[in-house]
Amino acid sequence: MPLLSAGPIDPATLIAEHDAPGHGGLVVFVGRVRDAHHGRAVRALEYSAYPAMAEAEAAAILAEASTRWPVQVSACHRVGRLEVGEVAVVVVTSGGHRDESYAANRWVIDALKARVPIWKREWFADGTSEWVDPTAAMAP
Amino acid sequence: MTRFRVATFARYAELLGGHDLDVELATPATVADLIAALRMLPGGAALPAAPLVAVNLNLADHSPPVAAGDEVALLPPLAGG
Repeated sequence: MPLLSAGPIDPATLIAEHDAPGHGGLVVFVGRVRDAHHGRAVRALEYSAYPAMAEAEAAAILAEASTRWPVQVSACHRVGRLEVGEVAVVVVTSGGHRDESYAANRWVIDALKARVPIWKREWFADGTSEWVDPTAAMAP
Repeated sequence: MTRFRVATFARYAELLGGHDLDVELATPATVADLIAALRMLPGGAALPAAPLVAVNLNLADHSPPVAAGDEVALLPPLAGG
C-alpha cells in the first residue's frame, strides 16, 4: 500500500505484505477516529498532508526502524475526511519474535506522529471545527 | 529581488488565505528572512515567531540560505496519527 491513502485502509492489505516464513511475531497497530477530544464530542476528522514530504519522511522512518530492529515494517496514513470509527493509520511490524515487533511498532507510530507533516482538523458535534495544535496545550 | 513560492497547509493556509504564497526577498536570503517576509503578509502577524519550515522536504533551522528553485514550505505544528 502507499504510505498515504485517500481511501479506506484495510489492515489486512498491509498484513499480507508480511509473508516471510521466519517472521513468527507480527504486531498490528490500528489508529481510529475517536468520538471525543478534550471532552468535546467529535463527529469527524479531516487529515491534510504535505504529500511529498510526508511520503519521504514516513519512508525514512520505516527504513530507520528496520535498521534499529530486525523487522519488516509497513504503514499507511489516511488523508481526507474520516468519520468516527474509521481507520486513520495502520502500522504493521513483523520479525522473528514478538519483542522486536512490539518495540519497532511502538517506535514507528510515535515517530510518524512526531515527524510526518500531516495535520488534523476536528469537526465537532456542534458544527464548528478546529485544526489540532499539539503545542497549544503548552502555551500559557 | 527574487520571488519565492512557499507552500503552506492546514491552519496556516487559512490564516494566510491560500496554500501557495509568493514572497519577494533581496538575495542572498535566509530562512529567517523568508519567515519575516511571510509574517508581513495579510494574516501573517498571527504566525509564531519561529514556525517550522522545510526546505527541499527537510526541516530547516532558520540560518541557512534559501535559493531560487528551492522547495520551501511553512508547516503548522504536526498533528498526524
